[in-house]
Amino acid sequence: MKTTKLLGAVAALALLAACGSKTETAATGAGTATTAGSTIRPGSQEDLISKAGSDRVFFDFDSSSVRADQRPVLQGQAGWFAANPAVTAQVEGHADERGTREYNLALGQRRANASRDVLVANGVAGSRLSTISYGKDRPIALGSDEEAWAQNRVAVTAVR
Amino acid sequence: MTPDDKAMPGGLAALVSRRAALFGGMAFGLPLLGRQAWAQSSVVDITRARTDPVPIAVPDFAGGSMGANIARVVINNLKNSGLFRPVDRAAFIQTAEAAAAVPRFQDWRVIGAQALVTGRVDAGGDKVRVEFRLWDVLPEQQIQGTAFTAPAANWRRIAHLISDVIYERLLGEKGYFDTRVVYIAESGPRDRRTRRLAIMDQDGENHRFLTDGSSAALTPRFHPNAQQIAFMSYARGEPKVYLFNLDGGRPEPLGNFPGMTLSPRFSPDGRSVVLSATRGNDANIYLVDLGSRRERQLTSGGGLDVSPCFSPDGSQIVFNSDRGGDQQLYVMGADGGGARRISFGRGRYATPVWSPRGDLIAFTRIAGGQFGIGVMRPDGSGERILTEGWGMEGPTFAPNGRVMMYFRESPARDRSGGGYSSRLSSIDVAGFNERQIVTPTDASDPAWSPLLS
Repeated sequence: MKTTKLLGAVAALALLAACGSKTETAATGAGTATTAGSTIRPGSQEDLISKAGSDRVFFDFDSSSVRADQRPVLQGQAGWFAANPAVTAQVEGHADERGTREYNLALGQRRANASRDVLVANGVAGSRLSTISYGKDRPIALGSDEEAWAQNRVAVTAVR
Repeated sequence: MTPDDKAMPGGLAALVSRRAALFGGMAFGLPLLGRQAWAQSSVVDITRARTDPVPIAVPDFAGGSMGANIARVVINNLKNSGLFRPVDRAAFIQTAEAAAAVPRFQDWRVIGAQALVTGRVDAGGDKVRVEFRLWDVLPEQQIQGTAFTAPAANWRRIAHLISDVIYERLLGEKGYFDTRVVYIAESGPRDRRTRRLAIMDQDGENHRFLTDGSSAALTPRFHPNAQQIAFMSYARGEPKVYLFNLDGGRPEPLGNFPGMTLSPRFSPDGRSVVLSATRGNDANIYLVDLGSRRERQLTSGGGLDVSPCFSPDGSQIVFNSDRGGDQQLYVMGADGGGARRISFGRGRYATPVWSPRGDLIAFTRIAGGQFGIGVMRPDGSGERILTEGWGMEGPTFAPNGRVMMYFRESPARDRSGGGYSSRLSSIDVAGFNERQIVTPTDASDPAWSPLLS
């Protein structure tokens, strides 16, 4: 669990670094935290990011519908789960800070569920996936601007 | 805390029975008895008090440092209400000791005081007896005389009770000083906040933490007996509603819901908790009976139904739902029937909370990139936004319905979250006297207790 959190932080740093060069980070959501030549442990968070392209999908404001442009990410993740049958994960739903705490907890849960449902529809056994919501209370991007909000409207697939 | 009224007829015993009589009439506007009470005094004018606070002199009570401390707490309470203006002690002519014996009204009149509070503390062993008198300076009359006997350690509560008596006698409505606030104490970086349950007196004193911060706590709410708290916790990984006794013991999960449970509130009779539980893509409102622990589903409207709150008479529930597309406020019967939307202004509406008087519902509104705290009548009419700004939400009423507390986040000014903070504020329901509440750390989710006595 600790490793997962740490990698999550690394992925966020990578996102932020990418933002500096004005790439469309939030839209593509590529959490590419790996460095060339390093050995990635199969079945790890790093492995998921590397193979599926990202461990997260992004949502529109106040919405929990998985956007068409985000489906390939989840399909990639589903493929990775098929290749790593022993892995279980928790899908973490988040919301940006422009809502109230309680509503955003429910919204984050609905985003986590929506993300999980697409994974299940793509063949991942539901028993391998739990969900949790952090609402707006554990933001991934720490700023208070459009870019940070886009990164925080997210469901992150966290390997257990 | 035992009031001792033998020395002074018409003191607290009479007051308590009058309070009981008033309670039923509190629902709308000023209680009739309250009006009569203030009509007899030249000091009081509740409508004027909103813009023109009552000048009141509170010299130190006789009897050493505790007397001075009690006066200081009373002054602080009255001043913070925004409805009183304590006269600067530097202007006092008559000494506190002499005033406690026999007030020389002329000395208080010339410095502009309309009301005068005098008192005396008598310590005996570990008990203390505090008597105080409230005087109407112009007609030179005693309005109130009361004595309290209590363990010396409880001197602050005596000061709050005295403040409540002053407030009620001069303004004709019950006070709210003998109360506490439970809230979430926050510390640490924004993405790894430590969130602890904490409690303090309404004036910020007697602060203590109730949980150790090893797991996040959110959204605490008081039981009507002020001894139990319902809150949300990540203690076992999954966020769930828990019950917690202030007398001691460990937080105990409430209900057997498969998903997340959130936004608990006690029913006015204290026998059940209304909360929201997520299932699939919905969040629905449930009532959990605290005796049988049976769950009853109240909504199934589709969408996210959260933040339910009972009307003070227990007959209705206001809640927040996006069933119509975005977050709005709805009122339904306590059995879950007949939900109707009540918010129709610009923007999204959230965190509804019913005033203890029954006459208003306070809410958070998010519109045009701004947050605001407002009130409307239970039928949705008469909407007023009291204050606006970034990140303010979650109003809670003082037990007299006159003052609200809420929390306010400041936006981060950079990508590392610098400048982000979360603080408590209070505001009069008429929209004035907005003040920040000082807490040892960042703070959120305040919940005001009922009167403790």
